[in-house]
Amino acid sequence: MSTATKELTKQEALFEYLVRLADDRLILGHRLSEWCGHGPILEEDIALANIALDYIGHAANLYEYAVEIEDEGRHRDDLVYFRNDPEYKNLKLVELPKGDFGFTIARQFLFSSYSYYLYQLLSDVEDEQFRGIVEKHFKEVKYHLRHSREWVLRLGDGTEESHERIQNAFDDIWTYTGELFYQDEVEKLLQSNNLAADTTQFKKDWKNLVSDTLEEATLDVPDFDQFMVEGSRNGLHTEHLGHLLAEMQHLRRSYPDADWQ
Amino acid sequence: MSNNKKSQSEDTQWPLWEVFTQPRDGKPHEHAGSLHAPDAEKALENARDVYTRRKEAVNIWVVPSDQIVASKGEDEGPFFDPADDKPYRHPQFYSVPRATKRRS
Repeated sequence: MSTATKELTKQEALFEYLVRLADDRLILGHRLSEWCGHGPILEEDIALANIALDYIGHAANLYEYAVEIEDEGRHRDDLVYFRNDPEYKNLKLVELPKGDFGFTIARQFLFSSYSYYLYQLLSDVEDEQFRGIVEKHFKEVKYHLRHSREWVLRLGDGTEESHERIQNAFDDIWTYTGELFYQDEVEKLLQSNNLAADTTQFKKDWKNLVSDTLEEATLDVPDFDQFMVEGSRNGLHTEHLGHLLAEMQHLRRSYPDADWQ
Repeated sequence: MSNNKKSQSEDTQWPLWEVFTQPRDGKPHEHAGSLHAPDAEKALENARDVYTRRKEAVNIWVVPSDQIVASKGEDEGPFFDPADDKPYRHPQFYSVPRATKRRS
C-alpha cells in the first residue's frame, strides 16, 4: 500500500461517520448501564437502564450498517470488541465516569439535546438505509431529551444540595461540549453528498435550548466560549476509556469464539 | 401513634401513583400497577418506562394513590352481596347462542 496521502472515498467517509455515531452511543450506553441496580430509586433505575439499552441498540444498528458499507466481511462485534482505545472515535464527553446522578443527568441532557438536532438533520440524508435507522432512533432520542430535561429542571430548581450538585456537574462537563460540533474532511465530504449533518446549522438552536433550560432550572449557564477539549474523533481519549474497554472487551477477547447460542 | 408519625418522617420515598394504561383506542383504561414519582410529569415518564415499553398502551393516566377513594374491606357484605332473592336481576333464563364469543 502506498504511503502517499490518498483521497478519502465516499465509502470510507461514510464508514468512519457511522462508526463515530455508533461509538458515541455504545460508550454512553455502557456508562449508563452502570446505573443498573444502583439508581436513586427503582423507577429511575429502570428508566436509565431502558435508555442505556436504547443507545446500545442504536449503536448495534449503526455498526451493522458500517460493516456493510465497509464490505470487508467484518462483523459488528469485531468493531466493538477488537478495537483499542485510539481506534474508538467517541466523544470524550460520553466516556467520562458516570459520577453522581446530577452528573449523569447533566451529561444526558447535553448529549440528548445535541442528538435531537443531529437526528433532525440526519432525517434527510440521501441514503435510504441510513435514513431508516435514523427515523427509528429519533423517536427514542426525543424521549431521552424529555426525560433528561425534566430532571434538569427538578434538580436545578430542587433542594439546595441538588441545585449545587447539578450546577457543579454542568460546570465540570462544559469543556467537553465543544467537540459536539467538531467537523473534519470526513463530515465535509459527506455533507457535500448530503450524507451527514452540518452541525453548524443547529449550534445556535442547541445553545438556546440548553441555556433556556438551565435558566428555567435556576442554574447559571456556563460560558460557551471557554477552553474546550478536542481530539476525540482522532482517537485521543481520557484515561477512562481504556478502563471501560478493558471491562467491556475482557470476556470476548479471552474467549474469541464465545457466542450467544 | 407517635410511632406511626416517626415511620412517616423516615419514609424518603416519593409519593405513590396509580397507573392506568389504555391498550388500544376506544378501550377502557386499565389499572397497570403503581409506582413512585416526585410529580405528575415524572409519574407519566416512569409509567412509560415501567409499563409501556413493549407497546402495551396508547395512553396513560396517572393518579396520586391517596386521591383514590376505595370501599373498605368491612363493607364487603352490604356493598357487594348480590340480592340472590331477586332472580330478575340475573339474566340466567336465556340460553346464550353457542357462536357468541366470550368477551375477552
